[in-house]
Amino acid sequence: MPSHLPGIASGRLSPDEYAANFLDIHPPLDHHQAVVEADRCYFCYDAPCVKACPTSIDIPLFIRQIMTDNPIGSAETILSQNILGGMCARVCPTETLCEEACVREEAEGKPVKIGLLQRYATDVLMDERGEQPFERADSTGKRVAVVGAGPAGLAAAHRLAMHGHDVVIYDAREKAGGLNEYGIAAYKAPDDFAQKEVDFVLSIGGITVEHGKAIGRDVSLSDLRNSYDAVFLGMGLAGVNALGLENEDLDGIADAVDYIADLRQATDLSTLPVGARVVVVGGGMTAIDVAVQSKRLGAKDVTLVYRRGQEKMGASGYEQDLAQTDGVVIRHNAKPKSLVTEAGRVTGIEFEETLEDGGRLVGTGVTFTLPADTVFKAIGQTLVPAALNGSAETIALDGGKIRVDDERRTTLPGVWAGGDCAATGEDLTVAAVADGRIAAESIHRALSSVAA
Amino acid sequence: MANLASNFVGIKSPNPFWLASAPPTDKAYNVVRAFKDGWGGVVWKTLGTDPPVVNVSGPRYGAIHSNDRRLIGLNNIELITDRPLEINLREIKEVKRDWPDRALVVSLMVPCEEHYWKDILAKVEETEADGVELNFGCPHGMSERGMGAAVGQVPEYIEMVTRWCKQHTRMPVIVKLTPNISDIRNPARAAHSGGADAVSLINTINSIIGVDIDNFAPIPTVDGKGSHGGYCGPAVKPIALNMTAEIARDPQTRDLPISGIGGITTWRDAVEFMALGAGNVQVCTAAMTYGFRIVQDMITGLSEYMDKHGFTSVDEIVGRAVGNVTDWKYLNLNYVAKAVIDQDSCIKCGRCHIACEDTSHQAITSMLDGKRHFEVIDAECVGCNLCVSVCPVENCITMEQMTEGVDPRTGMPISNEYANWTTHKNNPMAQAAAVVEPAE
Ligand SMILES: Cc1cc2nc3c(=O)[nH]c(=O)nc-3n(C[C@H](O)[C@H](O)[C@H](O)COP(=O)(O)OP(=O)(O)OC[C@H]3O[C@@H](n4cnc5c(N)ncnc54)[C@H](O)[C@@H]3O)c2cc1C
Ligand SMILES: Cc1cc2nc3c(=O)[nH]c(=O)nc-3n(C[C@H](O)[C@H](O)[C@H](O)COP(=O)(O)O)c2cc1C
Ligand code: SF4
Ligand code: SF4
Ligand code: SF4
Repeated sequence: MPSHLPGIASGRLSPDEYAANFLDIHPPLDHHQAVVEADRCYFCYDAPCVKACPTSIDIPLFIRQIMTDNPIGSAETILSQNILGGMCARVCPTETLCEEACVREEAEGKPVKIGLLQRYATDVLMDERGEQPFERADSTGKRVAVVGAGPAGLAAAHRLAMHGHDVVIYDAREKAGGLNEYGIAAYKAPDDFAQKEVDFVLSIGGITVEHGKAIGRDVSLSDLRNSYDAVFLGMGLAGVNALGLENEDLDGIADAVDYIADLRQATDLSTLPVGARVVVVGGGMTAIDVAVQSKRLGAKDVTLVYRRGQEKMGASGYEQDLAQTDGVVIRHNAKPKSLVTEAGRVTGIEFEETLEDGGRLVGTGVTFTLPADTVFKAIGQTLVPAALNGSAETIALDGGKIRVDDERRTTLPGVWAGGDCAATGEDLTVAAVADGRIAAESIHRALSSVAA
Repeated sequence: MANLASNFVGIKSPNPFWLASAPPTDKAYNVVRAFKDGWGGVVWKTLGTDPPVVNVSGPRYGAIHSNDRRLIGLNNIELITDRPLEINLREIKEVKRDWPDRALVVSLMVPCEEHYWKDILAKVEETEADGVELNFGCPHGMSERGMGAAVGQVPEYIEMVTRWCKQHTRMPVIVKLTPNISDIRNPARAAHSGGADAVSLINTINSIIGVDIDNFAPIPTVDGKGSHGGYCGPAVKPIALNMTAEIARDPQTRDLPISGIGGITTWRDAVEFMALGAGNVQVCTAAMTYGFRIVQDMITGLSEYMDKHGFTSVDEIVGRAVGNVTDWKYLNLNYVAKAVIDQDSCIKCGRCHIACEDTSHQAITSMLDGKRHFEVIDAECVGCNLCVSVCPVENCITMEQMTEGVDPRTGMPISNEYANWTTHKNNPMAQAAAVVEPAE
């Protein structure tokens, strides 16, 4: 029940309401449910779901292992391709990845619940076995620097450690995990799962994390290149796109990612202020997440405004449905025009309706204004290239992100990159993990051939 | 609603569905409940001599389940009735009196001496039961004492005991056979020679249903040990069907009535048994899994089926498929079929491809023009039906007969003439004479 406290306020809900709103959004399967669901998998030949998984997990095999009551073997199958298989099981938009490709989606519109099965197996391993199933190879004496302890950096570090290299991770933040810790919606990974998983990954040994160390501030890329045998950049996108409107620095307008980070770090959600009327600008996962979480914190009216049509939204159909079920109003085809201000703070936002003219967005001149205690900007994050400065040579970019080849090599010798900061696939946790693993294998090959 | 009335060796029942001799028929309470739910008849749980046997007080059953715990096979180590003879006889008499239109047959198992049989038959006659069934099938416990399957595995004993029984009673005598033999025709012939009115089959199959792999003992485990038991339920149906057909088409026993038992769970199962020669059917595990109410679906299902085919009596179903059961050597080797995949219903799981590719004849593609595509290569397809069996989509792959042209696999023209192994050129014992068709 949203409370009717006007303006921005905390403590809008009762403790039970907060707890209920931020529970696990997809409750885990129990043993019987998992075995029954696993039985639905056809064990396809050259399975299309595997091709649709960025980390190419052997899905039919791990599901079969659940079915035969071998969940630990199943988790090993998963983790050998994707060491963050636990988080991916929780956050992957499966409806646009593996489950979209599942033949049972085509057959009956009901794909095998690959994500929930993956969660089942990884939970069993992490809860019952605790320790990870991988061991370090004998030390190679090679040292690799990893920038960023997000999914890309963690996956790279783990694979490098497995191959016997010594890894030092530099992360600007106090906690490791990247957006798993600071960005993912709270109800997707409750119970501090992100930190549990970080500990699980690091338990392989051979990895040191330097917390609160940013490159470009505390250490430079050229230092790293000089003192390590290889460098992997997995620094994500630290910058946030601006709307380009006047008064964007006033109170009442905020970056969605910052707010979500505060939410994720809050120990008591009732202390977190939220507006009664919230307007979100954007159409991707971040926009949906900030809208839904505002609503679940007790905001009365939440409106998400996206400048193009529904089919262009970055958020999946499933995510859009989730927002609408939660009572978020989604408006399409309108772009921000100006901020309404009063006494030095933002009190509303004016939009202009848009049309698509052969892919080009044009304003129609028709405007409307939405009153707002809070306007959230969620129109994308950007790489902060300044952090990479300090190298003698500059790293080549591609559409604002670091250019890499198939093996995730950058244009700088000895420097690899992956995850959101690199110009690879989609900005997804699982894609970052794939990049990290691919880069680590490439680094390992490079370091091994030097040694030979 | 078709007329389902059944007359099996003179025993009348409103439908051909009987409960087999087992826990569901162990006492009046159960049997009355069964009759209320519509069962046509029962074979009372096997009676023996007093003092009654004792059952274990630990687990008697073990099961094979699907992942959703649908019961596929059941195994038991139960013995015959463990209640005093007199109580059973009294209840049988009362139930028969109260339910005169239902069949009530009494199952018997006593030691292999004539006086025991003579004695118990006289007592059963007093109950006015409709007939007796001789339990020569129980494969565990009782067989260690020289009864049950120990008799059923020796045709001479079957014949001898059957003859005693026919001598000492006017009631119809049904001989229940054990499947734990190498050729079911021998015990059936023996029962026939002894004068049996009918045989019933199958009793349960010797089995160990599973092993506790942490404690290393067979399941079910009684105080750390297990014993082999009797297997029944849906899993045994194919074995029972074959044995039924073997008896029905054996020249020596083809006129011997059969009560079909083994894994019958639905009306369709019952029709299959009847088509292969069973005059009626008996059910145990299905009732033990779901309760007695399943008979209501059996009744309406059979009725619908009969109406659809225009059958006015269940006897019209009995034996209808027997003439089409033949020996392999008489199958038409000129019949050529090829698998055909309906591309519209194919969901591209690739199971047909990998099954054929890895384990059979490399006759299904996985790609066409760089796209995932599954199609039968007629030049490789031997028509084996494996792909049909593994495809998860109903009717997606069908076997189509070739009626003309050339078989692209063999290069041989399609012949519409019947030709079987008995005259095939590769058969070292081929008969020079014209094609031999099975005797009618
Ligand atoms: C709000 C939100 C919700 C999302 N929800 C989902 C979802 O549900 N499912 C999904 O698959 N994906 C989701 N994503 C995307 C996903 O989180 C990212 O694609 C993924 O985290 C990228 O991993 P990464 O390792 O490349 O970067 P990050 O996770 O961003 O990690 C980068 C790390 O580098 C550190 N760093 C940054 N700059 C420096 C520097 N200069 N020096 C040192 N360290 C630095 C950061 O502190 C951080 O720890 C979401 C993203 C957002 C913003
Ligand atoms: C627990 C149990 C006890 C049985 N007891 C007897 C018995 O006393 N006498 C008998 O002739 N058959 C007995 N049977 C065999 C059944 O009558 C029947 O032949 C067999 O179970 C196959 O049929 P089904 O697959 O429908 O269960 C028993 C079966 C079970 C499961
Ligand atoms: S596509 Fe679906 S059915 Fe096939 S292997 Fe993958 S999960 Fe199983
Ligand atoms: S079925 Fe009934 S008698 Fe048997 S174990 Fe269960 S509760 Fe006890
Ligand atoms: S098994 Fe059936 S559904 Fe699967 S690819 Fe073959 S024909 Fe298609």
